Amino acid sequence: MKFLLVEDNADLANAICSRMTQDGHVVDHADKILDAFAYSETGDYDLILLDIMLPDGDGRSFLKRHRAGKKDTPVIVLTARSQVSDRISMLDLGADDYVTKPFDHEELQARCRAVLRRKSGTGQTTIRMGNVVFDPVAGSLTIDDAAISLRNRELRLLELLINAPGQVFPKHKLFDRLFSYDEDVSENAIEVYIGRLRKHLEPSSLRITTLRGLGYRLDYD
Amino acid sequence: MTEAVNVSGSLRRRMTLTLIGGAAVLAVVLYAVVRLYAAQIAQQGQDSILAASVTSILDAAILRDGTVEVDFPYAALSMLSTASDDRVFYAIHKNETLLSGYEHLSPPDGTSHTSGTYLAETPDGALIRVATDSRTLVGADTRSVITVSVAQTQEALQVTLNGISRNVALFGAGFFCLSALLSFWASASTITPIRRLTSSIARRGPQDLSPVASPVPSEMVSLVASLNRLMGRLDKALAQSEDFIAEAAHRVRTPLATVRSHAEAMLHRVDQDENRKALRSMVRAIDESSRAAGQLLDHAMITFRTDHLERKELDLTELLQELVLRLTPVADMKDITLHVESKEPVLVSADAILLQNAIRNLIDNALKYSPVESDVMIHVSARPLPTLEIRDQGAGFPQDQIAHLSSRFSRGDNAKGIIGSGLGLTIAQEVAEAHGGALKLSNLPGGGACVTFSL
Repeated sequence: MKFLLVEDNADLANAICSRMTQDGHVVDHADKILDAFAYSETGDYDLILLDIMLPDGDGRSFLKRHRAGKKDTPVIVLTARSQVSDRISMLDLGADDYVTKPFDHEELQARCRAVLRRKSGTGQTTIRMGNVVFDPVAGSLTIDDAAISLRNRELRLLELLINAPGQVFPKHKLFDRLFSYDEDVSENAIEVYIGRLRKHLEPSSLRITTLRGLGYRLDYD
Repeated sequence: MTEAVNVSGSLRRRMTLTLIGGAAVLAVVLYAVVRLYAAQIAQQGQDSILAASVTSILDAAILRDGTVEVDFPYAALSMLSTASDDRVFYAIHKNETLLSGYEHLSPPDGTSHTSGTYLAETPDGALIRVATDSRTLVGADTRSVITVSVAQTQEALQVTLNGISRNVALFGAGFFCLSALLSFWASASTITPIRRLTSSIARRGPQDLSPVASPVPSEMVSLVASLNRLMGRLDKALAQSEDFIAEAAHRVRTPLATVRSHAEAMLHRVDQDENRKALRSMVRAIDESSRAAGQLLDHAMITFRTDHLERKELDLTELLQELVLRLTPVADMKDITLHVESKEPVLVSADAILLQNAIRNLIDNALKYSPVESDVMIHVSARPLPTLEIRDQGAGFPQDQIAHLSSRFSRGDNAKGIIGSGLGLTIAQEVAEAHGGALKLSNLPGGGACVTFSL
């Protein structure tokens, strides 16, 4: 997917960009409102991440003009302010959601998915592999045209694996992506989800291979 | 917000009492002066008749062959007759010996020539007015001083005077009543601009700190000017503190966000268990401090707002559904399902921002303490009170601490390892209480916590 990140703090912007790129997204970065307009006029983005306090003005003015220009690209506001009234005015101005800094990257991803699901519907991010059709945004998995319902964590696990078939994922890497930082569980908890996903994928041409001591890998025939 | 104001009397009452008191004094003075004046005039009338009577008797006195003859004119006494049957006395003395008449009307002692009027008393105690005059009659070889006294009791005079007094008293009372009415009206109309100013300020919304623009009487100008200056300062101070809070939050959170993002990215690159542990606890510490900062600022804002609730009609169910929509992505991450049970719109008059914050804190709590792949039930009902009940399938509250959990910075023993500031329940409770409601914590029979938030 293609993101536009409007954020003036270069350090934070770099961190977000590198993380997004790691996940396989394309990110353009603007550090002021003027640039943000230029980017949003020319580029076709799936989603805009917008900071509020920018050097050449308030992110809200961007939002206003963005909405006035009949653009319906969803916008998620990144705010460092915690005042509730501020958040409300943000939603009134046409933001689709907001995240308070500092944010959990997984939460940001979850919110992006939720907003995209609401806004643009399904079918744009479909991945086909053998007899499997997977849409991570819609959260749907079909094997041989039979819909299979997955829980959120199973979906996210499948998304990770399916984006890089053949690559070995160490246990802790999958763990970091699935569990939040305040969950006090051991890394072995990931095995439960691997087990469940394996069961769901039984009728498909996809297989999850365990490499003892190394991690897991998705293979397909 | 009704705070105790030190009240000292009432301007209106003070003014009314002063005006009525003044009117009473004036009425009494009027009564006294008119009565005194009337008494003087009445007395003058009696005196001049008495004097005329005396003169006519004196005129009738002649000296013939050394003896005094008085051809007593009938008119001299008949002119004194009154409706009240006043008694009339006379006495004629020649050189201090009584020739004729009432013996007790002794002439004024000493001088041979006396004339004038005075008050005296008869032996039976009646008050009489006496007029006396004397004349020297010169005969061939004698000089006789004839003194004539005529007296009259004062009953008719008293009756007249009483009549006048009664009328004057009635007039005074009427004057007093009219003045009292006027003073009520005057104080009411004087107080009107103050009342108008008061109600125009009392009607204002909590955020309205604009200066008073409506015209006021000149005496109130300096008061209103000071009030306007005070509100201006308050407005500025509030705006500054709001900006300050926003700026402070921005300054604290932005670097924290940078650190967190880097720590997270680093965590994905390192493989060593030791480093990973350190990075994970670093991220947790960042979350802890940013959450605490956020809750503290929220709490400050809520404390400020609970003093000035901006109530408006809203649907609790609608507000809840919006919140649930916002929180669903977070719940999904732990595969927790948020269920909203509501049959009808629940209309309440409440401060939307406060309500939103309180309920978000409660649902946040339920999500944090719920196990993965569980359900959180939120039940809204309108009767008997607008109530929101949140039930989770977590461990529940520690039974022995349940009473203290909503006090500031207090966290249950089972909260170890879960990121929180200990302010969430405090905020919810303060919001409920500001709306006249309550927050109740309990444990479900089958396990799990139940929070009841009523308005």
